[in-house]
Amino acid sequence: MNGLIQSWLNFIGAAATLIPIKPAAASSIAEGVDHLYFVLTVITLFFTISIFATIFYFMIKFRRRSPNEVPEDTKEHLALELTWTIVPTLITVFLFVWASSLYFENSRPPRAATEIFVVGKQWMWHIQHPEGVREINELHVPVNEPISITLTSDDVIHDFYIPAFRVKKDAVPGRYTELWFQATKVGTYHIFCGQYCGADHAEMIGWVYVMSPTDYAQWLSGGSKNETMAQTGERLFTQLGCVTCHVADGTGRGPSLVGVYGKQQKLASGEMKMVDGPFIRQAIVNPNSIPLPNYPPIMPTFQGQINEEQVLQLIAYVKSLGTQQTEANGK
Amino acid sequence: MSSTLIAEIPGHEIPSESRLNYLNANYGIKSWLLTTDHKRIALLYLGSITLMFFVGGFFAVLMRLHLIEPEGALVAPEVYNKLFTMHGVIMVFFFLVPSIPATLGNFLVPMMIGARDLAFPKLNLLSWYIYIIGAAFTLYAVISGGVDTGWTFYTPYSSSFSHTSVIPTALGVFITGFSSILTGLNFVVTIHKMRAPGLTWFRLPLFIWAMYATSIIFILGTPVIAITLFLLALERLLHIGIFDPAIGGDPILFQHLFWFYSHPAVYIMILPGMGVMSELITCFSRKRIFGYSFVAFSSLSIAIISFLVWGHHMFVTGQSIYAGLIFSVLSFLVAIPSAIKVFNWTATLYKGSISYEAPMLYALGFIGLFTMGGLTGLFLASLATDVHLNGTYFIVAHFHYIMVGGAVMAYLGGIHFWWPKITGRMYPDAWARFAALVIFVGFNLTFFPQFMLGYLGMPRRYAVYPAEFQVLNVMSSAGASILGIGYLIPLIYLIWSIRYGPAVGPNPWGAKGLEWQTPSPPPTENFEEIPVVTEDAYDYAGTTGVARG
Repeated sequence: MNGLIQSWLNFIGAAATLIPIKPAAASSIAEGVDHLYFVLTVITLFFTISIFATIFYFMIKFRRRSPNEVPEDTKEHLALELTWTIVPTLITVFLFVWASSLYFENSRPPRAATEIFVVGKQWMWHIQHPEGVREINELHVPVNEPISITLTSDDVIHDFYIPAFRVKKDAVPGRYTELWFQATKVGTYHIFCGQYCGADHAEMIGWVYVMSPTDYAQWLSGGSKNETMAQTGERLFTQLGCVTCHVADGTGRGPSLVGVYGKQQKLASGEMKMVDGPFIRQAIVNPNSIPLPNYPPIMPTFQGQINEEQVLQLIAYVKSLGTQQTEANGK
Repeated sequence: MSSTLIAEIPGHEIPSESRLNYLNANYGIKSWLLTTDHKRIALLYLGSITLMFFVGGFFAVLMRLHLIEPEGALVAPEVYNKLFTMHGVIMVFFFLVPSIPATLGNFLVPMMIGARDLAFPKLNLLSWYIYIIGAAFTLYAVISGGVDTGWTFYTPYSSSFSHTSVIPTALGVFITGFSSILTGLNFVVTIHKMRAPGLTWFRLPLFIWAMYATSIIFILGTPVIAITLFLLALERLLHIGIFDPAIGGDPILFQHLFWFYSHPAVYIMILPGMGVMSELITCFSRKRIFGYSFVAFSSLSIAIISFLVWGHHMFVTGQSIYAGLIFSVLSFLVAIPSAIKVFNWTATLYKGSISYEAPMLYALGFIGLFTMGGLTGLFLASLATDVHLNGTYFIVAHFHYIMVGGAVMAYLGGIHFWWPKITGRMYPDAWARFAALVIFVGFNLTFFPQFMLGYLGMPRRYAVYPAEFQVLNVMSSAGASILGIGYLIPLIYLIWSIRYGPAVGPNPWGAKGLEWQTPSPPPTENFEEIPVVTEDAYDYAGTTGVARG
């Protein structure tokens, strides 16, 4: 079955040089999606052609031969009705199981995935690597390594779409979404905005550069970075005055943030919440919505004063505090 | 359906020119604008939605011309964004939703069930006026500079960022919704309470079943879109945080509310077309419909399941994967009743006596295009492929196969089928067949390349695009010009036929159904005597020498 599909895909690939039929397939999931697409196409063509052929056959065979012709009645046929109810049902169940398991398997990034942060903004993509390199409308990634992209938006809903990887996810203001991929072929591929976002929606495009590991390491070191995301976050932490209350030893007016990342936090309401990216973001833009026990709700909101990229940098800083703590404990 | 008339209709032998009918019963603009006759209101709707169809179509033609070149051949991106928005808003809310229910439904529901009018004739007239007021707001929005949010009005772009006429447009759609609700209410009451003696539920023509299912969606779904657009207007005017996260709202909430109406709305557009199909296929093959109860109940099950699939528009918004799984399986499920209908229509042809007048050609075109449209829906119900295809031209092609290839083909087939009944005149059949063929070819050339564009990854709503997509875009634009001409041909010969077409008798197609037993055009009161029904729908068999008038 797979061999047959493969040879068909090869044939289609050859035809694609004349009129484009098939997009580049350059990620670990692209082939699986294409197989499903191919089978769906076969099913569509089979039923469309069968129904057309049947209609044409009936049209000729049962054409009206005299104006007063009256055909005899056809009896209702329960077995036939059940057949064409049950067979399509079975086909759709098969497709559902296949498509869903493919989706389900690929819905979570592997643990080892490299994190990259993307902020959509009318009408460009701001991209940050944890090492500190920042790019606009360009994304450099190493080949054969899982990459996880955390998405958000500074204004309206955008959608980060890389057709060659068969991945797409909305960048929604006010929340974090995630997609991941593992590029399998070195090359340059389109990034599109897949959700209409205003005047220059069609110009909100870019390129993803898939590089060999050595090229990637070279590119990463040659960039204009001078500090990592966490270091930028630390600088912001001081500039914005966070540090005056969130004192590391816990003696400030706000809680110490050392070692909180990834831990459960008890709220004033008694509810337990995981301290993760979305939690820290909420604590920055709308602190009074998650009051803590033992701390008065005196923190001002920072909404409108910092952009989403800076929020991500602050999160990276808080996260780095957690890591330091764990390391310290280990020693 | 066969029926026994209590008395012979005396109007039968009198030529239509001298006989009193609903068209010549009284004259003057006032007699039209204040009419409560469902047949005249149907014609008021027909005129209004035809105007809106050609306005919306004009925008589409400009879009396709613009896309001939990758950098855009015609207009600035801001203008292009307004073109696709106005095209969508006008076609969806002011043409497709009212198309078959408000014209053919208004005309035929009382006639098919042997009633003299709808249950609430004044309410019926009111619903047309509401439609006109809504359309006026929307056309005002076009003139005042247009709107650029897409017909989907996604927040927070529509509520906090767009600088265009969002409020007038949303208000227009909001107002027009009430005309749908009133029409739905009118149909439900009429179908329940005003059926002729002997016309039991399972003797009803399937068009009536389809109208009934559509009316349920009108009544249950339309209030939700009205509320949603009202909330959108509140946020835009008063900055109350409902959808915009910057002021405390949730943009995804808007999508839930919007699609809770707008997915069932797709079935508002296609269910009436399916009803028309059952009438056309039976008449032109002189067969009882194969599997009457399966076709009837599939309409109802579509209406119900359609309310449970809205989340398949949101697979890539970051919605939970478990929600995605449930919406995916329900979306597959809604395909089954549609498949059942297609198989039953095909089986109806078996051992029939098939003739190929223009309405039948539209009907056969419908089956082919609707099958394609339905099956390509499976690509989008499948989670793994939807991630890639969502938001691309594949979506555009898929829903145009359903809404244009399906709903508009059925609408045109229905207009051609009942035209002699509505006007008492026949159009030139050769031209009508030619137009059906032109539309079929033009349609496929326009939209088939868009499936390919979508798979290649070209996003929809792009005013400019990478050069590698140009060949397929040019093919699509070429098809659109053929399609545009295809739609103009019926406009010309149908208008021509009103004055010059040969007069026809009560039943030019030899069709069953109560509407064919009264003169063409019908008298104001529809039937001299209310008919008594004694047989099932589509009882073509056994009746020798089918009368042609």
